[in-house]
Amino acid sequence: MEDGKFEYLSAVDGDPGNLIKGLQMVQSREGYVSDDAVKAVSEHFSTPVVEVEGVLGFYAQFKRVKPGKYRISMCDGTACHIKGSPLVREWLRQELGIDSGETTEDGMFSLETVACLGCCSLAPVISINGRVHARLTRKSLASILAKYRKEAAL
Amino acid sequence: MSKIAKLRVGMASCGIASGAEPVMEMLKASSGGIPVVAVGCLGHCYAEPMVEAVLNDGSSVIYRNVKPDKADMDNILSLGENGRFTIPPERAGRELVKVLALAGRVNPIDFDDYVANGGYDGLRRALSMTPGEVVNEVLVSGLRGRGGGGFPTGRKWSFLAAKKTDRKILVCNADEGDPGAFMDRSLMESVPHQVLEGMLTAAYATGATDLVIYCRAEYPMAIDHLRTAISQISEHHLDVLNGRRVTIAIKEGAGAFVCGEETALIASLEGKRGTPRFRPPFPTDSGYRGFPTMINNVETFGNVPVIMREGGAKYAETGTAGSKGTKLFALAGDLKYPGLVEVPMGITLGEIVFEIGGAERGCVKAVQTGGPSGGCIPAELFDTPVDYDSLKQLGAIMGSGGMIVVGNDRCMVETARYFLDFTHRESCGKCTFCRVGTTRMYETLCRIVDGRGRPEDIDFLTDIAPKIKAGALCGLGQTAPNPVLATLRFFRNEYEEHINRHLCRAMQCNSMVDMSIDPDVCVKCGLCRRNCPVQAIGPDFVIDPAACTRCNSCLDACPKKAIRRIARKEN
Ligand SMILES: Cc1cc2nc3c(=O)[nH]c(=O)nc-3n(C[C@H](O)[C@H](O)[C@H](O)COP(=O)(O)O)c2cc1C
Repeated sequence: MEDGKFEYLSAVDGDPGNLIKGLQMVQSREGYVSDDAVKAVSEHFSTPVVEVEGVLGFYAQFKRVKPGKYRISMCDGTACHIKGSPLVREWLRQELGIDSGETTEDGMFSLETVACLGCCSLAPVISINGRVHARLTRKSLASILAKYRKEAAL
Repeated sequence: MSKIAKLRVGMASCGIASGAEPVMEMLKASSGGIPVVAVGCLGHCYAEPMVEAVLNDGSSVIYRNVKPDKADMDNILSLGENGRFTIPPERAGRELVKVLALAGRVNPIDFDDYVANGGYDGLRRALSMTPGEVVNEVLVSGLRGRGGGGFPTGRKWSFLAAKKTDRKILVCNADEGDPGAFMDRSLMESVPHQVLEGMLTAAYATGATDLVIYCRAEYPMAIDHLRTAISQISEHHLDVLNGRRVTIAIKEGAGAFVCGEETALIASLEGKRGTPRFRPPFPTDSGYRGFPTMINNVETFGNVPVIMREGGAKYAETGTAGSKGTKLFALAGDLKYPGLVEVPMGITLGEIVFEIGGAERGCVKAVQTGGPSGGCIPAELFDTPVDYDSLKQLGAIMGSGGMIVVGNDRCMVETARYFLDFTHRESCGKCTFCRVGTTRMYETLCRIVDGRGRPEDIDFLTDIAPKIKAGALCGLGQTAPNPVLATLRFFRNEYEEHINRHLCRAMQCNSMVDMSIDPDVCVKCGLCRRNCPVQAIGPDFVIDPAACTRCNSCLDACPKKAIRRIARKEN
């Protein structure tokens, strides 16, 4: 482990009650929680590694693998489901060749399914790096992805 | 001199998702000094982005679906006639806006704006009373918890108030776990101070010392606005109650539905896996780290300033015998005007779906309330009044307020499968009935939807459902079978058709559907062939069912609407 990589954890009090907060901090900095991070968190909060893993596995927010440059969250809330999120997933699969939980080979896009983004009245929606794209159709989805590809190429 | 005093732009998450940011930028650049204010949610998501021009005389003109171009800016600044927004006439008079009165009117993160519009008047009135009188006021109002359970709020407050300890915890449940609901998000984004005012009132009434908001991490704007509001509260010393300063903290949830359940939420606050525990002891006796802890929902707190301002008795004039006040609903699904609505308790489902939501009569099959814990109510029963008890009788629940309109072309079996997919994944795994039972139900529903249903499947589902309900420890498992039981009750024929005839009347289940091009309507333009991602359409414009993934690309691309989903022929 690079020394000091997770030094920023010291901003959080080492009380085990703050374990989730610490993991959220790691996740937002690194985009995921690596094995090294698990060790660092375990030490900082004086909590055994198995318990850290237990908490990590329980909450959907935490990722154990490195996400893509653009993180796509596909909403599968009730409204989005009714309005065709299974189709959106199929379109994404065809456009990117990845399914939920996977990252494209070039590391550009990763895809995850989330329970609800709370934009139900604009269904179906996805968010890319936190930005919500609403009322998707196959066409609009393709042009959104193209825009991100172009942005990445700059 | 322009007649416009200021311009408001709806900049809640929905507004931004619809493109409000560039509108805001452009408006600022072209307004010629007229103040442009970011406000929260006006509730009319279908009309976003929205701009409201407030005139010098106090009246206002609202513009809908505004685009960031010069034409639209000029139109607004000259108060032009184009794109003016009016409430659809059939909707008028049915809504009753009290909790949301300031949403979309005030700048969410401007303390003075909130105060200038009556904000913190309720708290001030509370502070002029004794804590016991405040609890009583809430009891008199008849307010019941808006988080789904419907427990009388005043009674809960009295439990905590009765505890004689130094440290008491007050939690605002902002986990909003029902996938298909966004009332709490809108309230927190649009009027964070109102939620906090409710919490401070509760803290005064109950003697709570530690205030915590448990908010789902998927709501970054809500968290941001609450943070700002909390620091403004402490600047203005509004957090000094009963002679001592209370603490207010935000904890971000980490994406687990079960953490909306009270004991799981507490475990999560303690940094652990969010597994529920047996009750008693109830949280008001022993909760967060053993301290007495009271949990109320965001919307429940949002109602408190209304009650304190107008008085409990006046508040109780709205609603039905057992359900008082107004309720927020997040309307979505197959209807014309999706969005956030506030209606008096006792309004009928039909009024909400048809008059307010603008859904087309004859095209709606059911409405889903209560999310994964709730049920579907068929259109025939839409004269049911919306209150806690009537909905429960139908096997649905009021829930937190997600209301999804289900059109005729949606399959009820698939909808039930969707919810069980959700609950079996979200089951924390602690008790067998929930963990294994919901998984068995889910597998059975998958089989039916995949065209491999067996005649005994319906009996199996009917048999296992009450066992899960009786055997599960917490509300998740106790309610998880509801979507299946409700659809079996009202749409049993769809289950039977799937199993016995491999027919999905909604033409939704891919295993029972083929795509078909009507040769009489087709003009052979080739758009479908070009859009097909798997080259399943031949030069003769016939779709190869073996290659086709039924992704609807051709159907969406066809300019003549010649392509349909049809029942697959049995071979
Ligand atoms: C599985 C499950 C999930 C829940 N999710 C939520 C939620 O997201 N938000 C909420 O306010 N209440 C939720 N509840 C209800 C809470 O446990 C609790 O009853 C409520 O927050 C109490 O507040 P109230 O009395 O103001 O409604 C959930 C309950 C269960 C069993």
